[in-house]
Amino acid sequence: MNYGGAGAHVAVSAQMDLERQAEIVASITRARSRQRGRFRTVFVLTWVVLVGILVGSLLLAGKIDGGFIAKWASYILGGVPLTIIISVASIAVAIILATLGSLGRLSGNPVIYGIASFYVSLVRGTPLIVQLLFFYLALPQIWEGFASIDLVVLGISALAFNYGAYMTEIFRAGIQAVPRGQLEAAAALAMPQGTTMRRIVLPQAVRIITPAIGNEFIAMIKDSALVSLITVQELLWRAQEIGQSNFRSLDTLLLAALVYWVMTIILSVFQDRLEKRMAASEVRL
Amino acid sequence: MTPIEDRDPYARPGALTPAGAEPIVRVLALEKFFAANHVLRGVTLEVYPRETVCLIGKSGSGKSTLLRCINFLEEPTVGAIEVDGLRVDADPLHSRSRHHREQIRQIRLRAQMVFQEFNLFPHLKVIDNLIEAPIRVKGVPRAEAIATAEKYLDKVGLSEKRNEYPGRLSGGQKQRVAIARALTMEPKVLMFDEPTSALDPTLVGEVLNVMEELAHEGATMIVVTHEMAFAREAADRVYYIEDGVFVEAGPPEQVILNPSDPRTREFLARTLGEAHVHEGGAAIHVPEESTHIHAEGGPAHPRELDRPDGGAGH
Repeated sequence: MNYGGAGAHVAVSAQMDLERQAEIVASITRARSRQRGRFRTVFVLTWVVLVGILVGSLLLAGKIDGGFIAKWASYILGGVPLTIIISVASIAVAIILATLGSLGRLSGNPVIYGIASFYVSLVRGTPLIVQLLFFYLALPQIWEGFASIDLVVLGISALAFNYGAYMTEIFRAGIQAVPRGQLEAAAALAMPQGTTMRRIVLPQAVRIITPAIGNEFIAMIKDSALVSLITVQELLWRAQEIGQSNFRSLDTLLLAALVYWVMTIILSVFQDRLEKRMAASEVRL
Repeated sequence: MTPIEDRDPYARPGALTPAGAEPIVRVLALEKFFAANHVLRGVTLEVYPRETVCLIGKSGSGKSTLLRCINFLEEPTVGAIEVDGLRVDADPLHSRSRHHREQIRQIRLRAQMVFQEFNLFPHLKVIDNLIEAPIRVKGVPRAEAIATAEKYLDKVGLSEKRNEYPGRLSGGQKQRVAIARALTMEPKVLMFDEPTSALDPTLVGEVLNVMEELAHEGATMIVVTHEMAFAREAADRVYYIEDGVFVEAGPPEQVILNPSDPRTREFLARTLGEAHVHEGGAAIHVPEESTHIHAEGGPAHPRELDRPDGGAGH
């Protein structure tokens, strides 16, 4: 075969092809970014229209009393700090329970494994609302001292007890997701099991489960509304209190729902950023 | 303890071994079952101080399992391991007694391992990867551990990567850090489990160079490898293992260049490529001057030891 003569010709046409290629790539890029821009615009407009329909129809139908909401808004929104405190404290305690629970679920000791799996099964097999009422109404029957416990503390305990079990399974999966090679490397370095868990496995597991903890926290914000049932005066309790006594539950519940919604949206944004930052981190797992 | 009298018929002190030295590693009549799978069928191996022993064989032949039995990452089923005078018998029932666990810990302090997949700790910087175990396992003071770590990091040529996370290193750099991590434990024996098999071919050389330097300096090394060029340059003895038993062993000139057992010949022919196989006579032909034997086939393969002095010095 002769590559000599044809080579020059091929080179020229390749040159032209490159220019043409650059043109095509540039036009595709322009078109893509136009498409993306249009998508965003229409997307935002859709939201604006939907929110407008929702609020507007209620206002136009005369079902919502703006003045009434304005009057009680500060009282109802005054429950937000307590909602946040309860959620944060419950997640914090749940994380401790889940750490212990997951280590128990991975334990070679049958008693410890038994306790951990019993806890998870009991909690996951019963409704959260039953557990909450049990803490509030049933436990004082066993020991009167429970009746004198602060209701906020009681609510946090019940929520943490429940979430701790679900998060136990998340933590267990996170620990098991740490590659086997890490355990072998630690073993080969003669590290004892406890040190391996503390120094090698858990720090890596935390990074794996952080997004899932974010989801649990968002869910907790909403489930914290349940403690209104045991008369803790957080966001939902206040909304109901005002709504029921004035026969204007529509206004107050709508306000409460809106506030929960905004809180979860803000948290989602934070979670999104955290995940992006972790993905960009130089620590690769 | 049941006395096991077997001696390794192939063992003989290496060139750097001090006169009269006893073997520092003994594998005594070792057998290993994975369920019904008989992976090691009575392996006896003796390694003398300051020598390098290479284990070669097909995948699934048991060479990695043998290495992993020496530091009890796998629990041997029958037999015993002795490292630097400490003998530990197999514990087939996994009684996991405190005494047995402590013995395994002592063995691991003496025999450090470098893995195929590096297994660096991704959440720790390079320097922290190196000092973690010396501080927490051996109780070395932090400043001293850092000094030791820096010395070995310099040895593998990665001082400037001291504060990087492993995720930012190339495969070859990761493996060199892993070697430095093992060295920082200041073990009696270094074990390498296919240390270059997970590497891009262009990065193999830098790791083999470090290993060869260690071998020539008199580190005691047991290396499971497919790199015949390395085995030929650095090993005092080469063992060919097949189906859980040693088929042939001896100095590399003998085992790699002039194997006597047909199974060894077949393995080497396949590993080194048909181009090296003579018709008739000795199965393998490698020219004396050649410093590179290609790992897998083609004569144009770029995988070779990048050593300007041809392997003479150090």
